[in-house]
Amino acid sequence: MRLLIFLARRLGYSIFVLLGLSILVFLIARVMPGDPARMAMGPRAPEWVVERFRTEMHLDKPLYVQYYYWLRDALQGKFGLSIYTRRDVSQDIGEFFPATMELALFAGIIMGVFGIVLGVVSARYANSWIDNSVRVITYMGVVTPAYVFAILFLLLFGYVLNLLPTTGRLSPGVPAPPTRTGLVTLDSLLAGNFTAFFDALKHLIMPGIALALGGLSQEARITRASITENLQRDFIALERSQAIPERVIMSKYLLKLSLIPTVSILGLDFASLLGNAFLVEMIFNWPGMSRYGIHAMLTKDLNAIVAVIMIFGVIFITVNIIVDLVVSWLDPRIRLGAERAK
Amino acid sequence: MEMELARSAALARKWERAKRLWYKFSRNPLSIVGLVTVLLIGFIAAFAPFISPYPKHASGYVNFSEASKPPSLKHPLGTDVFGRDVLSRIFFGYRFSLMMGVVVLSLVVPPGVTLGLLAGYLKGTWVDTFIMRITDIFVAIPPLVLALAVASVLTPSVFNAMMAVSLMWWPWYCRMVYGIASSLRNEFFVQAAEVTGASRWHILFREILPNCYAPIFTKMSLDMGWVILIGSALSFVGLGAQPPTPDLGTMLADGAKYMPDQWWIAVFPALAIMIVVLGFNLLGDGIRDMLEVEEV
Amino acid sequence: MAEALLEIRELHIGFEVYGGTLKVLNGVDLMVREGEKVGLVGETGCGKTTTAKSTLRILPMPPARISRGEILFRGADILKMGPKEIRRVQGQGISMIFQDPTAALNPVFTIGEQLMDAIRYSNSQEALGRREIRARAIQALKDVALPDPERILECYPIQLSGGMRQRVCIAMAIATEAELLIADEPTTSLDVTIQAQVLRLLGNLVQEKEASTILITHSLGIVREWTDRVYVMYAGGMVEAAKTREIFARPLHPYTQLLMRAVPKLTGEGIAEGIPGRIPDYLNPPPGCRFHPRCPYAMPICAQERPPFFPRGEDHQVACFLYKG
Repeated sequence: MRLLIFLARRLGYSIFVLLGLSILVFLIARVMPGDPARMAMGPRAPEWVVERFRTEMHLDKPLYVQYYYWLRDALQGKFGLSIYTRRDVSQDIGEFFPATMELALFAGIIMGVFGIVLGVVSARYANSWIDNSVRVITYMGVVTPAYVFAILFLLLFGYVLNLLPTTGRLSPGVPAPPTRTGLVTLDSLLAGNFTAFFDALKHLIMPGIALALGGLSQEARITRASITENLQRDFIALERSQAIPERVIMSKYLLKLSLIPTVSILGLDFASLLGNAFLVEMIFNWPGMSRYGIHAMLTKDLNAIVAVIMIFGVIFITVNIIVDLVVSWLDPRIRLGAERAK
Repeated sequence: MEMELARSAALARKWERAKRLWYKFSRNPLSIVGLVTVLLIGFIAAFAPFISPYPKHASGYVNFSEASKPPSLKHPLGTDVFGRDVLSRIFFGYRFSLMMGVVVLSLVVPPGVTLGLLAGYLKGTWVDTFIMRITDIFVAIPPLVLALAVASVLTPSVFNAMMAVSLMWWPWYCRMVYGIASSLRNEFFVQAAEVTGASRWHILFREILPNCYAPIFTKMSLDMGWVILIGSALSFVGLGAQPPTPDLGTMLADGAKYMPDQWWIAVFPALAIMIVVLGFNLLGDGIRDMLEVEEV
Repeated sequence: MAEALLEIRELHIGFEVYGGTLKVLNGVDLMVREGEKVGLVGETGCGKTTTAKSTLRILPMPPARISRGEILFRGADILKMGPKEIRRVQGQGISMIFQDPTAALNPVFTIGEQLMDAIRYSNSQEALGRREIRARAIQALKDVALPDPERILECYPIQLSGGMRQRVCIAMAIATEAELLIADEPTTSLDVTIQAQVLRLLGNLVQEKEASTILITHSLGIVREWTDRVYVMYAGGMVEAAKTREIFARPLHPYTQLLMRAVPKLTGEGIAEGIPGRIPDYLNPPPGCRFHPRCPYAMPICAQERPPFFPRGEDHQVACFLYKG
């Protein structure tokens, strides 16, 4: 019950934010210089064709009417035609989205798991050489842009050491498994095709790690800081005074509490991971939505740009709802505080 | 005589204060590394035309007989496919990077801070709701994606890239200042000012704002690095500075095409970006220690 | 006379900080006999809590460092114990009640979880069954007069009031049937209105369980009402120890005398006198007797030597050169 109310409020708020985002994006797309009808039809189309397109697409109406039509279509999943692919934008997105999803999920899991593990190890061996090297490495990880990592990895592991494939999702010659989820790794597992699975996994490693490193480093630093801080708290002293074994204190009492700030920031880190995917997909020729989005942006393919941004908004908000749920599960103060405020 | 004494006493106090600040800053040697890095980059940017080995190579210079040469004594970081000296272009690239940071922050901080102050002081009113819900919308999408989108509808140029980054950056200042202002509005010194009939302008900018200086300043020094990074990302995908402008992002994108054989064309600009972001981060951490800001 | 349960001898503890060592404990001596209720009085920051925590070996080390001394529990030195032995002391030897129950309870676990773990690990000999642990937890909550213990087990600390939280902490301390209970200012952080209640409860429980107690406080009123014997502590060392009645009738150490006079009197004889001067800087404490810079009777020797305990009558000791010989 409590959870349902929490979810309902969170969803209502998300809808508000998404509506706001759509207005923002709509304004950016329409108010900026350039004639959308002319752009859609191309420079050589005769004036009457452009005119007809304008009337059809309601581009001659006031902005708020245009927005109404746009929203009505968008709610039905219709984002209009892409100039670049000459297809329905939603069809394009359906095709490119799974690749981005796979990469982002892979990177997100690496980020969360290894970030927390590194942070715990660093705090456990505080001020030892392990801790010091983790701190230096994570600092570098935080300040190095993902696309710089991508290029350095590409050079080192792709070309010099020749360990990992440098482009795409599957090597040429490896037949793609039948599409079920759109995630090649999962699809090949479902089909029992391990050759394809390991090939796809190999393709994921470099872009995935390049994307994950920034957030991973930040998670590790935050986890370490929060564990060292909590270690000084009175309740840890009390638990120790009660003969509770150190391993129970560490893995149960300390960990749950210390993960709250780490999990809270996962949402933001995932957001920057998605943003960085735009660049990293380009570098690794990853056939995902970000690369599609960049193409759209470079060719001023407005319908596609708007759709890509809205999809990213939806993903980001979904991730944040999940993060909020996990945090409120970890932290009764939030859960019960919200109840009290109500 | 007395006035002189008072003045010298005040001067001594200021000197003491500065010494204490410097002590707190310099306790961590990494802060000094950051400061030196930033100063060095500033120097390079300011005097690029004089210290670059080949100042002419900064723009559309072409010399195919010297093209794609690996690092050597003549060209310490090698040359690109047009025969231009990579080191000189990095020196000039730092000019664009720093300009990007300075322009964006000076566009972003005043409105962001003002809106945050206003919303925080008027917490609970429609002004608060209006401003803060707008920031919610802006932070609901990865910053880089929004900047890319805005840049894409404009003509790609350094100036428009700055506009795009500015448009998505202000909400973060707004939110930070909002947090401080809304917690300060019930403090005695604010209430005292209200009782004496001080104007809203006075309360916002003379009473509350000075309490926000330390976190704002710290965030600005940390953000310099991030703004430069996002700016170079825009150039990297081709939505910012256009070739032959020697922007680090553009150089990186060009160089990436010639990997792995001419690795130096991409790797050195990449390292250059890393160094500038690292420098501003170390400096920012030092300023945070110095001003004793909790967390930004 | 009963046997000594806990005996601290010449305990020196320092905290390593930036720029040197804070010499927090400077030769602490303390003894608790079986069944005895001992008061430990002193100003805030004089080392009472550090002394208490050192007996359970829960001081954070580093920065804390024990440079000298021994802590004997039933004759065995706690500071030299191996992991198994120390856990036996922590489990069923000594329990501690912290000053601030809000800080002493883990905010993200239920009371039941924390209380039951305290019971589960207190007994190192036999493993208790889940049901047995739960029954004991409920009994402990009943002992501290908390209503509806079943429900409280499911509660998080945030759902309880300050007074209830401290009752939970007391329940944790008594549930393990410890021989020695150390209560570190158990009522300081509570509302004035419930302080008396909680103290009375603690008093009754100690009586019932026949546990020895160290009550740490800065309130002389509580000491007078509560304890058999009192230690007065100043700046990391004991300055006087005596039977409670004796010390109130005949305070010997200048600091004790000043402390007694600093208490506001209900009879309305004007405002209490403060003690001039301040607690010394622990980084560079004054040499000799640490009280000498504030002491009205200071002699040259006070700045040179640290006074040991001089016996004055039955069970009365005082660390002051005024009473030498």
